[in-house]
Amino acid sequence: MMMRTRPHPALTAFAALVFFFLMAPLVIIIGASLSDTSFLTFPPQGLTLHWYENIFEVSAFKRTMVTSATLALVGTSLSLLVGIPAAYALNRYRVQLPSFLSTVFVLPILVPELVLGFSIMKSVTTGLDFPIFASLVIGHALLVLPYCVRVVSASLSSFDFSIEEAAVSLGCPRWRAFFTIVLPNVRAGVIAAFILALITSINDVSISLFLTGPGISTLPIQLLAHMEQFFDPTIASVSVLLMLVTVGVMAVVELTLGLTFLTK
Amino acid sequence: MTVSLTLSGITAHYGTTKVLEDLSLQVEEGELVSLLGASGCGKTTTLRLVAGFLQPTAGSIHLGGRDLTRLPAHTRDIGLVFQNYALFPHLTIRDNVAFGLKQRGMGSAARAKQANAMLERVGLEALADRTPDALSGGQKQRVALARALVIDPPLLMFDEPLSNLDAKLRVEMRVEIRRLQRDNGRTALYVTHDQEEAFSISDRVAIMNAGRILQLDAPEVLYSRPADAFVANFVGFENIIPLRANGEQDSAIRAEMAGGAILALPRERYEPPAQDFLFATRADGLMVARSGEGIPAKLGLRTYLGRAYQYRCETAAGEIIANGPLSDPLEPGTDAVLIPQHDQCTVLPADS
Repeated sequence: MMMRTRPHPALTAFAALVFFFLMAPLVIIIGASLSDTSFLTFPPQGLTLHWYENIFEVSAFKRTMVTSATLALVGTSLSLLVGIPAAYALNRYRVQLPSFLSTVFVLPILVPELVLGFSIMKSVTTGLDFPIFASLVIGHALLVLPYCVRVVSASLSSFDFSIEEAAVSLGCPRWRAFFTIVLPNVRAGVIAAFILALITSINDVSISLFLTGPGISTLPIQLLAHMEQFFDPTIASVSVLLMLVTVGVMAVVELTLGLTFLTK
Repeated sequence: MTVSLTLSGITAHYGTTKVLEDLSLQVEEGELVSLLGASGCGKTTTLRLVAGFLQPTAGSIHLGGRDLTRLPAHTRDIGLVFQNYALFPHLTIRDNVAFGLKQRGMGSAARAKQANAMLERVGLEALADRTPDALSGGQKQRVALARALVIDPPLLMFDEPLSNLDAKLRVEMRVEIRRLQRDNGRTALYVTHDQEEAFSISDRVAIMNAGRILQLDAPEVLYSRPADAFVANFVGFENIIPLRANGEQDSAIRAEMAGGAILALPRERYEPPAQDFLFATRADGLMVARSGEGIPAKLGLRTYLGRAYQYRCETAAGEIIANGPLSDPLEPGTDAVLIPQHDQCTVLPADS
């Protein structure tokens, strides 16, 4: 009996197209970042690493890189601090809690980010007169909260809460059981939420656009400003750098925990 | 240390739904009492109240001299075994067993030693360094048992501990549970929906329905002398027939059933609670015969049980299920009589 080993040519072509559209922008950005020209172009004309050096020479890039990293870490941590207990309660008391509560925690996704950014600016930055960095932290924490709650929830939904009760029956107070029994068993979800939130925060433009202000900006916003003025390959080289950070984070996850664990 | 468990006047609600009503129960020192009933009867709720995972709306719970009613769950000192084992997936078997000792502030060397000794008692010392996912269901439940026993609790509680195991292992494990509970003379409360399991393992069984205990007795008593129609039905009395006492003859009560058939019930065996009462029997308690003194019936469908034939019988009082000897198979449609075997029948109050 003949086995059909070759897929239909149309399927092969379609798959190739998908890969092309996924990969082409990356190739173009990497290529453009190496171009020895003072404007963004592809294919690159001449090869240079000058634009990578330029990132670290322009002080605005250095400064916003630190801001973005700090903001992402603080915002994500704050969001997890709220999101983990929220996810725990939503799953632990699924029967008792009204069902609309789980929807409340995804609302920030449903509201257009521009609207979210604008309303935080109006209420927190100008309304409450918060410092710019504090408003940014609140905005980003809110932005990534749905991801934190959802991803940690997914982990908790398969967690058997009778395990927690077993710990309590053995003499462990509820609060300690949460840290020694519940958290270690949803570790995968917490790390996944952390990474997802971190990347979302670092790449955010819409919310930061409203919340950045004099003296404080994030890397993507700085990129936008730079693009309006110069349109040189630095934009491409910063993009490549951001990609490398993501790849680096993923590599660390893969090496320490295995990537499949993110899909658990 | 053996103590008794006392529940008095417990009422409990889920939201506004009442799930237990004025429930009282005493488990004596060293005794194993089972709560038996269909799902939703309140048996698990009762166990969770004693464990401290739920709060009663009225009543009190005492363990020995201690009032548990308002104590937080982690201070109650009760060994709990769950249906789904509830082992800690991220800890080794040894650390699972040692967990309760750790909560009691025991040093790591001492608790490893004690956990090992306990694992040896349940025959799992070789698996001490594995994690729970490497174990079979039966092994997991042994670990859960060891984990509950190692803290030396004055009370053991079991929540359907054998439901996830296959039939053969269930029988094996319930013997082991009984042995471990007996060895230390520990007071125990056992929740199950399986009658055979409850009867085989318990000193006494409480049959529950709709948040109440209907009857609390030794398995032998429950099996032969149920207190009402619900319990009778639950413990397998297939036939519950309304009768009316109608005089006495030759030291037997003459009782008439619907359709006019008369049963003679020997005075020394029966004490009908009122003029109208119920006559309850399993299929084994009515023998199908070609002739004799009993309930006239027309035989219907015949099934083979191995030890007897079972017949669905048409009588003037409705369908009755009865057994007949293997030596004399009768065809459907035959006219026969159903002769009560008085040592296997009982009478119940009519209003139950």
